[in-house]
Amino acid sequence: MAELLRVTALSAGYGDLRVIRDLSLSLARAEALAVLGRNGVGKTTLVESLVGLTRRFAGTVALDGRDISARPPEARVRAGIGWVPQSRGIFRSLTVRQNLTATARPGPWTLDRVHEMFPRLAERGGHMGDQLSGGEQQMLAIGRAMMLNPSVLLLDEPTEGLAPVIVDRLFAALGQLRQEGVALIVVEQHARGVLDLTDRAVILDRGRIVHEAPSAELRHDTAALEAHLGVASAVLPRGAAAP
Amino acid sequence: MTTAAQVRAALSRRWHPAEWLFWAAAAGSLLLSGHHLLLTEIAILALFALSLDLILGFAGIVSLGHGAFFGLGAYVAGIVALRWTAEPLSGLAIATAASAALGLLTAPLLVRRATDLSRLMVTLGIAMLVVEGANRLSWLTGGADGLQGILIDPLLGRFEFDLAGRTGHAYALAVLAVLFLIARWLMGSGFGLSLQAIRDNPLRAQAIGIPVERRLVAVCTLAAAYAGAAGALIAQTTMFVSLDAAALHRSAEALIVLVLGGTGWLYGGLVGALAFKLLQDALSALTPHYWQFWMGLILVAVVLVGRDRIPAGLDRLRGRG
Repeated sequence: MAELLRVTALSAGYGDLRVIRDLSLSLARAEALAVLGRNGVGKTTLVESLVGLTRRFAGTVALDGRDISARPPEARVRAGIGWVPQSRGIFRSLTVRQNLTATARPGPWTLDRVHEMFPRLAERGGHMGDQLSGGEQQMLAIGRAMMLNPSVLLLDEPTEGLAPVIVDRLFAALGQLRQEGVALIVVEQHARGVLDLTDRAVILDRGRIVHEAPSAELRHDTAALEAHLGVASAVLPRGAAAP
Repeated sequence: MTTAAQVRAALSRRWHPAEWLFWAAAAGSLLLSGHHLLLTEIAILALFALSLDLILGFAGIVSLGHGAFFGLGAYVAGIVALRWTAEPLSGLAIATAASAALGLLTAPLLVRRATDLSRLMVTLGIAMLVVEGANRLSWLTGGADGLQGILIDPLLGRFEFDLAGRTGHAYALAVLAVLFLIARWLMGSGFGLSLQAIRDNPLRAQAIGIPVERRLVAVCTLAAAYAGAAGALIAQTTMFVSLDAAALHRSAEALIVLVLGGTGWLYGGLVGALAFKLLQDALSALTPHYWQFWMGLILVAVVLVGRDRIPAGLDRLRGRG
């Protein structure tokens, strides 16, 4: 598969603090990558570094073969990076429809298609952004990112605080995005569900990649999961007991 | 939802019935003979407050020096009338462009130093520079004596600016209506929505592709142009410009109007200007020496109680009565 995103020896952080250290990874077109790790290991910083919100100390980020390391966030979005932040970042003073259309860019993902994927957003179109439930906010954040017609979508803990039934629906939607050629980087603290969605997974610790494997393989590698995440049971189907 | 919230949510779509009513009443005010001068002042203050609402209500930029753009517009319109052409629309256009140019020049100072305190200080400083500049350039501006002897040609070559203020009223109202329509269209477009997104969370807005700096510079320039147009109107309708045009109290007045009318829905400046001028007129007639005391009390009440709660409270009292 053709390479879409390449991160080379990236060191980044906030102020003088280096959170990401000498990190390299690549992502092919339409590939899905899980970024796993405990709290505070640099997962969000990695995503924010790809978006351009952190201080870069060294290394490069290239999208479609073009170096975007020095570009501001809005230029990275134009280049094809879509971001669904952990806090969802819904604009509370805009309606749902306005949240979706305020930053839309031309491409295959239109308001109708987002409504098709998340019919709830069509029903709630006239409501203000802060009147939505957590699940609806997450749908809106993903829908808004899709309206930018990105080639790669970065999702920071998209399932946090959501009911299992909503998580299943979100993952189904993300699976559909993949089938349509959108590459995904999904940051999660828990491996459950995300390893079914993704092709590969990397585990971070102290700002570095400490383990990398195909998702299907990692799903059964309880030793690695236990060692790096400490929660091997988290990959088992919901309701099943750990061995 | 309140009417303000409904209008705010619907700016990009069809007109709310309350909007039709408002503009019908505004057009009807032209028939109120004997009140044209007051209504002209209201229309000009409304335009000035509307200009402040563009940056404060939509982009979240606080300003204590918006009077600088108003004052510059007033001086340019006055100087153009004295030295070049007394045709009012040309003077209006040149004054608007001059204020827009000052807005464009100073906007980066507000955008890059993006804290409320620094913005307050920078805008205050700009207003002081304009006032002092006008004071020093007395050969051009008349200094402390102001620009005197301004005469404005009839509007469209036909309508004389009469003492009763009828032409001035119609002129100010027409300019307000046209500029309001443009603002309504802009604020309901992707541009306006992106400004609200920036006001909600600039970092997030930037990270989903909004060019934050450029948008803020654009709205600051637009707001300055609107303030300049309001300044030009005051110069042309009163045929006098003094340092008072750019003074601090001018900026404060626009802020008070927005406190009364509310920010971020465009009508706040219009409704607030109407309330402010009518209150000022009524209070100064009742207590000529202490009207500012009562006005201050009302402002404190509006801020502490909340604009939306006052009508609800009055309704409740009426229900009990």
